[in-house]
Amino acid sequence: MRGVNMFAKTQAKWVGVALIAIALIALPFALAAAGTAWVRIANLAILFVFLSLGLNIVVGFAGLLDLGYIAFYAVGAYAYALLASPHFDLHFPFWVILPIGGLVACLFGVLLGAPTLKLRGDYLAIVTLGFGEIVRIFLNNLSQPVNITNGPQGISRIDPFSFGSFSFSDNENFFGLAFSGPIKYYYILLALLLLAIVVNLRLQHSRIGRAWEAIREDEVAARAMGIDTTRIKLLAFAMGASFGGIAGGMFAAIQGFISPESFVLVESIMVLSMVVLGGMGNIWGVVLGAVLLSFVPELLRYTVEPLQKSLFGRSIIEPEVIRMLLFGLALVLMMLYRPAGLLPSAVRKRELAKPDADNA
Amino acid sequence: MPNREPEQGTGDGVLLECAGLDKRFGGVLALAEVGFSIDRGEIYGLIGPNGAGKTTLFNALTGIYGCDAGGFSFDGEPLAGLRPDQIAARGIARTFQNIRLFGNLSALDNVMIGRHVRTRAGVFGAILRTRATLEEEAAIEKRALELLDYVGIAARGNDVARQLPYGDQRRLEIARALATGPKLLALDEPAAGMNATETLELKKLLQRVRTDGTTILLIEHDMKLVMGLCDRVLVLDYGRRIAEGAPREVQRDPRVIDAYLGGTVA
Repeated sequence: MRGVNMFAKTQAKWVGVALIAIALIALPFALAAAGTAWVRIANLAILFVFLSLGLNIVVGFAGLLDLGYIAFYAVGAYAYALLASPHFDLHFPFWVILPIGGLVACLFGVLLGAPTLKLRGDYLAIVTLGFGEIVRIFLNNLSQPVNITNGPQGISRIDPFSFGSFSFSDNENFFGLAFSGPIKYYYILLALLLLAIVVNLRLQHSRIGRAWEAIREDEVAARAMGIDTTRIKLLAFAMGASFGGIAGGMFAAIQGFISPESFVLVESIMVLSMVVLGGMGNIWGVVLGAVLLSFVPELLRYTVEPLQKSLFGRSIIEPEVIRMLLFGLALVLMMLYRPAGLLPSAVRKRELAKPDADNA
Repeated sequence: MPNREPEQGTGDGVLLECAGLDKRFGGVLALAEVGFSIDRGEIYGLIGPNGAGKTTLFNALTGIYGCDAGGFSFDGEPLAGLRPDQIAARGIARTFQNIRLFGNLSALDNVMIGRHVRTRAGVFGAILRTRATLEEEAAIEKRALELLDYVGIAARGNDVARQLPYGDQRRLEIARALATGPKLLALDEPAAGMNATETLELKKLLQRVRTDGTTILLIEHDMKLVMGLCDRVLVLDYGRRIAEGAPREVQRDPRVIDAYLGGTVA
C-alpha cells in the first residue's frame, strides 16, 4: 500500500512540476496578448526575484540586516554598462561581463562586510543603509575629473545580450510565433533564475548553510563550536552581493539605459519587503514575495484608474498614491497576522512564536 | 565508541598546562595567577563558591576572553590569544552554564553544526554537489546520528532543540561538543537543574566519554557528582587557586571548608 502511495505521490509531484514548467513557458505569450509592457514587467519581476534571493542569503540565512542591498545591483549594472556601451567604446559579450559584474559586486560585498562584522541588528542596518547611499552618490558624481559614470545623465545605448548576430533585443519569428525582444529575454532570465534557485537551495542545505544558521541563532555558541564567524559572515555578504551584481548586469542589458536614480534607498527597502513578505529564510517564500510585490502594484496601476473613472467619472486618487497606501496596508496586515511571511521557513516560524509556548 | 579525532597525542602525560593566568575586569581581578595542569584521560573537577571565577576560567581557556597575564598550552601548543573557533579546532570543546543550543534548529542539525570544524566543504562544493561533498555530508549526518545515540537521545533527532526536556538539552549540548572531535571536553555545570536519576545517567555518560578517550574538565556544584567522578579537583575562591588534589583530600582542606562556609580559619 505504502509503496503504491509513495509512487502516486512522486508521480503527482512530477505532474505538478510539468504543469508549472508549461505555465512558465507559455506565460510570456499570454502576457504579450495583453501588451508587451506586461512581458517587460515579468522580466523585471524575475530580476526582483533574483535580488530577493541574494538578499535572502544575507538577511534570511545569516540574519544580517542589510538596508543597502541595492548598491550591489548598482555595481553590477554599472559594471555591465561600462564594459558594453559606447561610453568607453567597449563591447564585451554578455556572458563575459555578467560574471565580471557578479565578481565586482562580490568584492564590494566583502568591502561592506569587513568593517561591519562586529555590528548587529540596528547598527548593522544603519551602516549598510549608509553604504547604499555612498555608492549611489559616487555614481552620481564620478563624472569629474575623469568621466567614469557620466553622472546623473547615466549611461545609454547599452548593448543587449547577443550571441554573434543573434540579438535578444530584436523581434523575430520562430515556428510561426512572434518572439519579441522582451520574450526572448524572458526565457534567458528564467533560465538564469532557475539556476540561481538551484544554487540557493544547495547552499542552504550544506555545511556553509548550516554555519549561517548557527550564526543567526547564537554567535557565541557558533564560535565555540569552531565556526570562523568572520569568514562565514563575509561569505554571506559576498554571495548575496554576487546575486545582486548579476541581476544588475541583466537589468542594464534589458533597459539599455541606467542612471543613479534607479538605485535609490526605496529600492533596497522594496527588495527587503519582498524577502520579509514572502518568508525570510524560505527560498520559495522569497520567490513568491518578489513575484507578488512586482506584479500586484502594476496590476493596480492598470486597474485603479479605469475603475475610478467608471465609478466616479474622474480620477479622485492618483494610482501611485493608492499603490503605496495598499502596499503599506498589506505590510501592516502581514506583520499582524503572518509575521513570519506568506510561506515562512519552519525555523523562522519558531523564532517568532511566543517563547512561553515552548517552556512546557 | 571511540572519539579519537583529531589524532590523539601519543602516550600519557599533560594535556592542558595553565600557568600564572590573570584576568581583569576593570579593577576586579577575576583570575589571579591561576595555574594547574590536566593529564590525558582524567576527569578534572573545577569547584568553588559562586563568583569564584570558574566560568571566567572556562571562557579564558576557550578563547572567549583573552588573558591579561600568563597563558596556557594545550597538547604542547600555546593557545592563549587564539580565537574561540581556532581553539575549538585545536581540540577543546565546551558546553555552557546556561545552555546555548541553536534553539530553533533540530537536535540533529545542532550536532551536524558541531561537525563544521572537522569538515571542509566550501561554497563551490555545495553548489556543484561534488562527490567529495556528498560523501562528506553523508558522513556528517552519520556521525551526528551516532552521537545522538551515544548521549541517549537518538529518538529526538528531528525535535526542535529548545522544545526538548531540560535534561535532553544538556545531553544534546554534550553531543554537539563531542561532534567537534575534542581532546578535552569542558563542561560548565552539566548537572545543574537535573534530578537524581538524570544526574546518575549523566555520570555514566561522562565515565563512558572518558573511557572512550576524551579528557574532561568539569565545573560542577553537585558535590556528590564531583566526588564520585573526578580524579582530581581544583578549588578556586576569589579568582585564586586555594587547593588541588583528590576529591577526598580537598574536601577536608580547611581553606576549602572556609571558602564554602565563610568566616575565618581559626
